[in-house]
Amino acid sequence: MGQRVLLIEDEPNIIEAVSYILSRDGWTVHTHSDGETAIEKVMQGVPDLIILDVMLPGRSGYDILRDLRASAETKETPVMMLTARGQAKDRELAIGLGATQFMTKPFSNAEVLESVRALAGS
Amino acid sequence: MTQALPNDSPPKSPIKSGPRTKFLERSNYRQRRFRDAARWLPLFGAVFMVFPLMWPRETPDQSLTSTSMIYLFALWVILAVLAFVLNRVLRVSDTIDGSESTDERGSE
Amino acid sequence: MISFNLLVLVSLLYVAFLFIVAFVAERRAALGKTGWLRSSAIYTLSLSIYCTAWTFYGAVGYAARSGLEFLTIYLGPTLVMIGWWWLVRKLVRIGRAQRLTSIADLISSRFGKSTGLGMMVTVLAIVGITPYIALQLQSVTQSIAVFAASSGEIWAQRDLDGAAMWVAVGLAVFTVVFGTRNLDAHERHDGIVLAIAVEAVVKLFALIAVGVFVVWGVAGGVGATMDLIDASAQSQWAPSPSRWIGLIFVSGAAFLCLPRMFQVLVVENSDERALGTASWAFPTYLMLMSLFVVPIAVVGLDLMPEGSNPDLFVVTLPLSEGREGLAILAFLGGFSSATSMVIVATLALATMVSNHIVAPSWLTSRTTGAAVSGDVRGVVVASRRIAIGVIMALGYIYFRLSGGGTALAAIGLVSFTGIMQVLPAMIGGVFWRGANRWGAGAGIAIGFAIWAWTQFLPSFGVDGVISQAVFDNGPFGINWLRPHALFGIDGIDPLVHVAFWSMLLNSGAVVLVSVLTFPNPLERLQGAQFVNVYDYSSDARVWSQSAAQAEDLLVMTQRILGSAEAQAVFRAEAQMQGKSGFLPDVTPDFIGKLEREMSGSIGAAAAHAMIGQLTEGATVSVDDLMAVADETAQIVEYSNQLEAKSAEQERTARALQEANDKLTALSIQKDAFLSQISHELRTPMTSIRSFSDILRDGEVDGDARRRFAGIIHDETNRLTRLLDDLLDLGVLESGQVQLNIAEGRLADVLDRAVLASGIDETRVSISRRANAEAVTLSTDLERLSQVFINLISNVAKYCDADKPELRIIVRPMEGQLVVDFCDNGTGVPEESQSVIFEKFSRLEDEGKAGGAGLGLAICRQIMTAIGGGIAYLPGQGGAAFRVTIPTA
Repeated sequence: MGQRVLLIEDEPNIIEAVSYILSRDGWTVHTHSDGETAIEKVMQGVPDLIILDVMLPGRSGYDILRDLRASAETKETPVMMLTARGQAKDRELAIGLGATQFMTKPFSNAEVLESVRALAGS
Repeated sequence: MTQALPNDSPPKSPIKSGPRTKFLERSNYRQRRFRDAARWLPLFGAVFMVFPLMWPRETPDQSLTSTSMIYLFALWVILAVLAFVLNRVLRVSDTIDGSESTDERGSE
Repeated sequence: MISFNLLVLVSLLYVAFLFIVAFVAERRAALGKTGWLRSSAIYTLSLSIYCTAWTFYGAVGYAARSGLEFLTIYLGPTLVMIGWWWLVRKLVRIGRAQRLTSIADLISSRFGKSTGLGMMVTVLAIVGITPYIALQLQSVTQSIAVFAASSGEIWAQRDLDGAAMWVAVGLAVFTVVFGTRNLDAHERHDGIVLAIAVEAVVKLFALIAVGVFVVWGVAGGVGATMDLIDASAQSQWAPSPSRWIGLIFVSGAAFLCLPRMFQVLVVENSDERALGTASWAFPTYLMLMSLFVVPIAVVGLDLMPEGSNPDLFVVTLPLSEGREGLAILAFLGGFSSATSMVIVATLALATMVSNHIVAPSWLTSRTTGAAVSGDVRGVVVASRRIAIGVIMALGYIYFRLSGGGTALAAIGLVSFTGIMQVLPAMIGGVFWRGANRWGAGAGIAIGFAIWAWTQFLPSFGVDGVISQAVFDNGPFGINWLRPHALFGIDGIDPLVHVAFWSMLLNSGAVVLVSVLTFPNPLERLQGAQFVNVYDYSSDARVWSQSAAQAEDLLVMTQRILGSAEAQAVFRAEAQMQGKSGFLPDVTPDFIGKLEREMSGSIGAAAAHAMIGQLTEGATVSVDDLMAVADETAQIVEYSNQLEAKSAEQERTARALQEANDKLTALSIQKDAFLSQISHELRTPMTSIRSFSDILRDGEVDGDARRRFAGIIHDETNRLTRLLDDLLDLGVLESGQVQLNIAEGRLADVLDRAVLASGIDETRVSISRRANAEAVTLSTDLERLSQVFINLISNVAKYCDADKPELRIIVRPMEGQLVVDFCDNGTGVPEESQSVIFEKFSRLEDEGKAGGAGLGLAICRQIMTAIGGGIAYLPGQGGAAFRVTIPTA
């Protein structure tokens, strides 16, 4: 059984692309596209890896990350942040809040796969 | 009703002090008296309108109609002329400078 | 012999002329050319509706019966006008400050915006004035009958009734057309005022013409006339002092209290300085009106056959001398007197009925939410029109019932003493802060009762309503209640009797009851505002902090003032607060101001009740009141100055705050803009890169490949659109845009925009008005169309109603053309209204909207470039955008 990845992202085409790549690689991919209810979704069954977009409707990815790190169940869960804004301070902010990995859009499929394998395997 | 005399009231703003003050106060003083006159005019008018009632008649059926008529119309013209003159010298929209507020305050 | 048809023709021509005069005045006023329309001369002439048919025809009859006594009817108003500095000036000032609509509104507003008092005064006025309207109809028909008789026709009562009915219908139509077009009584009825000013000139000219003819043409000069006067029977005139003084008082009081006089004197007054002119010009007018009355009466008595009606000498004398032209002129004079009185009296009464009876009842009947739902404006206007018809009908019915027998002057005096019962409450309210609603109510009720018992009911004649036995022995044998001898005091002239007792007991009740009871805070506040009207340049606060939302208030205000007017008020207030847009902060001052604006349309009591529904009991407490309505003069003045200063500071602070916010927002915006662009560009690029990677790797089956290629295609398009928009915005913002000015019809531009927006008209219904859109524009039509397309397609994207509707409303406003796009969705929340025109401000998720959030920003830049504007219009029951286009 493949490990479970939760993709929190609101852009439908990106969801489709990332799901496709990861599924093909043998991961079980769950997706969620709303910021406000993201934490609830995570708590329903803590995945092995969370891929989290920064710009989400309802609630920003940073806030979600902060909550994840504050909760006992998800304190150690690896989180990969995705952002389309690509400024240096975004990266600093994400790492400061406890993100395990930070990736700027657009990314190559190989990059994503590599990172996911590294994080979930560790 | 208490009325502050114009000369007693403190200057409204520093700008009005100096040589001009005397002139302004003087014109304000005149305005006050014109207003008094405007208030007295109808009272005098009313009294004069009653006059024909008191004229003595030498005989009980002596006719005073044409005399009374001439008198009343003359009074009417005089009142209208006085009102006209008062209207020329009174400043209606003067109330913005606050001069009105000291002499027209109602009491509870 | 004069042709009766000629008279009818002349009358009809005259009426048509008046319609044209009124219409032209309305047009000029609508165009803002009010210059001479609101001059002192017109104002003075409009006051002449005091001189009705009663004074035109009746004065001669009065003089024929009672000598010089008729003069008292003119002397009273003369004293009131030359004494304008006492009372009239104060009434006008209060009327302006409080936006009074009628005498009932004055009483209601002064005594705590009381609904009950307003109704009371309205009922009193209707009872008192209806006979007076009947009297006017009677005088017109009688004078017509005179002409009919002289041309050989003898009129039966049926013909008189028919003529009276046509006159009544015509007057009702005139009043409805020119009296109820503007709801805001404060906007004034320029058409009616000018028409009655013209009529004032006609009646004065007619009476003087007849007088000159009588003195120099018939009697043979001034000396001969004087001899004739002294020789005539009425030279036995011995003035009764009590009647003389009593009548001067009654006529002066009625001049102040008659609803029609209050209408022209206070409501239609547009400039306080006009009062100064009227103070001498109006007495002069009255003097000229009465100058020839005695000569006409005396010569008439001398020449006309025994038993002819002296009330009609003005017409019958010239007719009997063969001067038909002069007779027709005299007829027109009388006709003018009657019609101008009826028009203004009916209008004033109808306003009172709609504001003090219909509007309060309507508000009570819809206890919840009447303020924001339901068409108040429609109700008020409709009720006013119906009231005009009903009052006119009442006058006509009274005319039919009374049979037209009584001497004209008698009915006039009944009316005068009736309406005079408002005087003690009015004087008390204006000069004495202690007067309260219980006192005013008690005074008016007692005065009304005494008047009804001792004059109104007896005026129907012995055995009419009251039997001879009651006149002789009192009701149920109670001797001291005899109608003409109250308290057992016999032998007083009936008129002096009613005036004396009603005024004594009426004012006694006002004083005594006011002393013994307590006013509520609102009454005390209004009392201070009325009595000290010259001190309160700023307005006292009636509302403390309130829960009302600016948008709710705007919705309600639009229902009463109409949308254009309401939006102007809100915008002006927002500007004064240093804010832009249509929604000012809801301060107590603003609510107070709004209430006054609304009371100009529907009366103080109804306006107060409506605002009260929205603000939910946020009226002042006694403590607030004490803080505001200071007892000591110095504190008021000082605090007024302080208030003005702190208001100024507050304004500056608000403007600074807004500027500061803008600056901060700008620098944040610049960062935000860059990262937004980055985000908007990278998102589609991510999909493109990902899917192209997948495709490059191969191993994808045919269906999936097509699908992925499709996504790549769409996302590329999205990128292209975004870049186009960005470049467009860049060009527009830099101000280097090339405008391609062309001429075209607005309707065509809108047609194209609807088509190009690709909106599905089976799903979204679009309502437009073809004739409003038939306007030729000279601007960049392509750019304008781009704005329209954007707004229309936004409706398709964002309107969340089940059956989306788009209303496109076009109208000219302040020299510009305004195009409103209103839908029926939930609209834009207030906190977002200020940001929707910013770049990348998207309120909903992009999945649904499918754009980058640049559309409205581009629209705003385009409208700025072509010299117009675009703004969000709150309070329209959905999202609404207003596009303002400059017209050449």
